[in-house]
Amino acid sequence: MIRDITLGQYYPAKSTIHQLDPRVKLVTTVVFIISLFIAKGILGYAIATVFLAMVIRMSKVPFGYMTKGLKAILMILMLTVIFNLFLIDGDIVLWRFGFLRITDKGLRTAVFMAIRLIYLILGSSIMTLTTTPNDLTDGLEKLLGPLKKLHVPVHEIAMMMSIALRFIPILLEETDKIMKAQIARGADFETGNLIQKAKAMVPLLVPLFISAFRRANDLAMAMEARCYHGGDGRTKMKPLHYEHRDRVAYVVVWGYFLVMAVSAWAVSFYGIMML
Amino acid sequence: MIRAEKLTYDYERLDEEGNVESKKRAVDHVDLHIRPGKFIAILGHNGSGKSTLAKHINAILTPTEGTLWVDGMDTKEEDKLWDIRQDAGMVFQNPDNQIIGTIVEEDVGFGPENLGVPTDEIWRRVEESLDAVGMLKYRHHSPNKLSGGQKQRVAIAGVMAMHPRCIVLDEPTAMLDPVGRKSVIRTAQKLNREEGITIILITHYMEEVVEADHVFVMDEGKVVMQGNPKEIFSQVEALKKLRLDVPQATLLAYELQKRGLPLPDGILSIEELVDELCQLKSKM
Repeated sequence: MIRDITLGQYYPAKSTIHQLDPRVKLVTTVVFIISLFIAKGILGYAIATVFLAMVIRMSKVPFGYMTKGLKAILMILMLTVIFNLFLIDGDIVLWRFGFLRITDKGLRTAVFMAIRLIYLILGSSIMTLTTTPNDLTDGLEKLLGPLKKLHVPVHEIAMMMSIALRFIPILLEETDKIMKAQIARGADFETGNLIQKAKAMVPLLVPLFISAFRRANDLAMAMEARCYHGGDGRTKMKPLHYEHRDRVAYVVVWGYFLVMAVSAWAVSFYGIMML
Repeated sequence: MIRAEKLTYDYERLDEEGNVESKKRAVDHVDLHIRPGKFIAILGHNGSGKSTLAKHINAILTPTEGTLWVDGMDTKEEDKLWDIRQDAGMVFQNPDNQIIGTIVEEDVGFGPENLGVPTDEIWRRVEESLDAVGMLKYRHHSPNKLSGGQKQRVAIAGVMAMHPRCIVLDEPTAMLDPVGRKSVIRTAQKLNREEGITIILITHYMEEVVEADHVFVMDEGKVVMQGNPKEIFSQVEALKKLRLDVPQATLLAYELQKRGLPLPDGILSIEELVDELCQLKSKM
C-alpha cells in the first residue's frame, strides 16, 4: 500500500524524455509548476493538459504506473476539493442543503484546484521516473553551481538528495516489513480515531528511525571506503553537456510557457472563455 | 602487501560528558604479514575482532596501539588515506547499505569518480569490472531489483573499478542464501586467480576458506591459530573450543578417525574423503 508512492522511483525505458539532459527536465518541471499557477480558465488548463499528455506519451512510462503516485495524495485532494466546494462564496447557488451550499465559483475553484494538484504530482513524477537520481543530482548541482560562490554547499545538498531518493524504496519496504511484524503481534493500525492512529504509529516509527540511522552509518562508511571526500577533485562518469535535442526541448518548453502566459493574460484582459 | 605489528584497538564507551566510561579491547596485539596475490581467510565467531581488524586495513579505523602498513603506507598518516583506500578496497556485509548508485553502472562508477579518473577511463573500468564479476548484462538495472548475491557482486565490481591491489571482504556472504554465497566466493576466487588481486576474506563459514592460501583464526581479539586450511582443520578439537564449525567432510573424517579408521588428518572436501575411504577399502 505505501509502496504505491512512485515519487522518486526511476522507471527504466529508452525514450526521448529519458535521454534529455537532467537540467532541461528540472527547468521544465519548475516552469510547468509555475505555469499551472498562472493558468487561467479552461483555455489555460487545456494547454497544460495537451503539454502534459504529450510529455507522458513521449516518456513511454505506462500511465497506470504514473497514477499510482496519485493515491498518496488522495486525502489531500479530497480535502481541498471539499473545502473549496462548500466554503467559497459565489453569485449563483447551484445546490443547497442546510448550511451547505455549492456555488458556481466554488465548483469551478474546486475542479481547477484538483486538476492543478494532480498535474503537479504527475509533472514532478515524470521528472523522477525518467531521470536517475544520480542524473538529477548532477543536473541540480550544475544548475545551482553559481551558488557555490556564496558558500552554499551545493554538492553536499545534491548528494544528500540523491541518497535520500535511493533509500526511499528501501525504507518503504522496511516500513512494510515492520508494519507486518507489528500486525502479526497484534498491533492495530487501522481502527480508532486520529489520535489513536497516531499513537499506533510510534512502534512503527521507532524501529524505522533506528534502522535508518544504522543504514546511514553503514552507507557513510561504505562511501568513505570508496574514497568519497566531497565534491573537490571529483570527475563525472556522465558529464552533462547539452545536445541538439536539449536545445529543441528548451525551445518547446519556453514556447509552452509563453503560450500559457499569453493565454492567461488574454483571459483576464478580455474575459474570454472565463467559465 | 599488508603488515601489522602489535595492532591493538580499543572501543571506548563514552558517558554523556564525553569521558571514557569503559574500554573494550577488540583487537589485541595482532601481528600479520600478508603477501601480494594470496587468498587469505580470517575466521572467527561473532565478536572475535575480525571485522575490527578488517576496518583497519582500509584505514576506516586507526590502531590505538601498534602499526599497520598497506603497501608500505602507515594507515595513521592522514595524507596517505586516499591512496590506502584506493589500494585496499572493502566490501561490507549488508549489500543494500553499500550501494550508492541507483543504476548498477553508476554505482560501479562511484569509486573512480571520487578518485578523479577521466570520464572515458571510468566507462572502460566500469565495463571491465562488471564483466569480471559477471554482471555486465545487468548494467542498466536498478540494484533494488537484484538478488543479494548479485548486489554483492556489484559491490565487488565497485571496488574493482578503483583498481585496488587488495580487496577486503568483510563477511560478504552473511546475509545471503547458499546460491548467492557460492557466487560471491567464486567471484572472489576468480579475481584472485585471474587478476592477481590479494583477497582477504572475513567469514565464519568454514566451507568458504577451504581453498584459501592461508587462514588466520581469531578469538577475543587475538590470532589464535594460523596456517594453511589443512593445518587448521586437522585441529578439530581446538576449533570446537573456539565455537567454530569444521566442514562436514572434515568432521566426518575426524569422527571416523576417533573410531579407529586410519584416515589422514585435514581432509577438507567430500571428494577427498571418498578417495581416502576407497583406498582404505581396497587395502582391506
